[in-house]
Amino acid sequence: MVETAANAVVIENLLKRFGTFVAVDRISLQVRMGEVFGFLGPNGAGKSTTIRMLCGLLRPTGGRATVAGYDVSHRPEQVRQHIGYMSQKFSLYNDLTVIENIRLFAGLYSVARNELHSRVAWALEMAGLEGQQTLITGTLPGGWKQRLALGCAVLHRPPIIFLDEPTSGVDPVSRRRFWELIHQMAEEGVTVFVTTHYMEEAEYCNRLALIDRGKIVSLGTPTELKQDAMRGELLLLECAPLGPALDAVHSLPDVHDAAVFGNALHLVVKNVEAAGPHLRSHLEAKGITISRIERIRPSLEDVFVSLTTERGRQQERES
Amino acid sequence: MRAVDALSFDVGAGEIFGLVGPDGAGKTTTLRMLAGILPPDSGTAIIAGVDVVREPERAKHMLSYMPQRFGLYEELSVDENIRFYADLFGVPPDERNQRAMQLLRAAGLSEYRSRFAGQLSGGMKQKLGLVCALIHRPKVVLLDEPTTGVDPVSRRDFWRILYELLAEGVAILTSTAYLDEAERCHRVALLHHGKLLFCDEPARLKANMTKSVIVIRSADPRHLRSTLEGFSGISSLVLHGDGVRIVVDDAALRIPEFRTKLKGANVSFDWIDVVEPAIEDIFVDVVSAKGTSHG
Repeated sequence: MVETAANAVVIENLLKRFGTFVAVDRISLQVRMGEVFGFLGPNGAGKSTTIRMLCGLLRPTGGRATVAGYDVSHRPEQVRQHIGYMSQKFSLYNDLTVIENIRLFAGLYSVARNELHSRVAWALEMAGLEGQQTLITGTLPGGWKQRLALGCAVLHRPPIIFLDEPTSGVDPVSRRRFWELIHQMAEEGVTVFVTTHYMEEAEYCNRLALIDRGKIVSLGTPTELKQDAMRGELLLLECAPLGPALDAVHSLPDVHDAAVFGNALHLVVKNVEAAGPHLRSHLEAKGITISRIERIRPSLEDVFVSLTTERGRQQERES
Repeated sequence: MRAVDALSFDVGAGEIFGLVGPDGAGKTTTLRMLAGILPPDSGTAIIAGVDVVREPERAKHMLSYMPQRFGLYEELSVDENIRFYADLFGVPPDERNQRAMQLLRAAGLSEYRSRFAGQLSGGMKQKLGLVCALIHRPKVVLLDEPTTGVDPVSRRDFWRILYELLAEGVAILTSTAYLDEAERCHRVALLHHGKLLFCDEPARLKANMTKSVIVIRSADPRHLRSTLEGFSGISSLVLHGDGVRIVVDDAALRIPEFRTKLKGANVSFDWIDVVEPAIEDIFVDVVSAKGTSHG
């Protein structure tokens, strides 16, 4: 693996153990400069541990990672000076005004005195909060706070920003506006590393890595993940009654997964053509009426659930 | 300020009804009024036949309200939390055990009964909150953004429990910020400045959308987007990681037109096609048309 100037983040065989527990299990990946990269996984998959290592806050047990060209084990101080970090629970001070928060973070990040005025003005403009600088932060709507937090996190012009579930719980209109800002920054060459388990956020990333139990289980563009990563095909089954139908399909060996969506089930099967007739006869024998059965395109959530639960089953079989 | 403005709707037994809307639309205020915690200025709300405004105490036994931060006792075990809520709601001892076992199994928490609530993952805490909220067999369940912070695998468990409740004839009213969850509801209502902008089944909302949604995949979505900005017929455009999602007036007209124009501008793309609208497309379309004070 050659480290080139075009890579903002390089991870090689990165390992983190806590006692006997392996939180991050020799993962490798590269993130290009100007890329919006999504790091996906369920709670406890190793996302936060990886981020803490990349931010120079936690020492890896093994392997290597560089961020903005600095090794996270040997140069954690430099790493921290070259990154911005923002999370859903970003520590804005709720009892300070908008402008006080911006000035506070400018101080923490040692923004140069001659740049201070222009950076504060920039952050206000970016967040769409011009004229609102004297509002108390705690009273702002969620979407505003989110943009203010982003503005504060990038006051020192870091080449790389880490975002942890930046728009969780934010309404779709605010979320779209936030991601417009992110893509504008990426266009200017800033690398964006997003950790999330919200598929709505994942769609905004150029590439995604899906991590589960410390290992990367899939890597690619959102489209590639939807096309290739599914363990089988997705079938929409409109039928009634739904509850007994769900129980009935769970007992079938060629159904990997089943979930209820409104008046229908989504099933993951090996092959739609092969499973269709079998499924129909099995369900109809149990008195379930089928009104629609067709192959559908998987969403990122389908991919996520399919890959993480499949690995869970494999591990259960192995243990 | 009118947080909720002359709102009327009904939810049937055995129905999951989704309440969506921007921040500050009035979702939480509505749920709190229905739960009998916040008295309305005017109007009525009937929960399982009981007038919540006149008889809030009696209504409370018929319903369960799960706020965004459900009060679990972190230093108590899973079982102890359940027992606490069973006592609170006066569930007889012989009933509560069977009910608890059934709910714990559905939640995938059976193995964790002696674990402290504070040591559960976010998704497990949320599922335990639901178990506690359902211990007294409420007829109506009110959930305020129950899956915020919960990963997709736990979210599926959570929804499976909700669907099992429907079989018992329970009515579920849930607010959510995730519109893919709204797709799982029987009916969805969009609340905006305290008023309902639409209320219907997801499939009918999609069928009634007069505009169409087109997706174009490209290795260079930013370049694609800047080219598309000059095209007519586009009412909204979202830049995704490997393409754009656009709402247009007429897909049959615009797809061939865009193909030609993109080719003429030397902009390459991998794929262009019309896709089924998502609730999010409808939400953004309707809210943008109304205009937001913030966004």
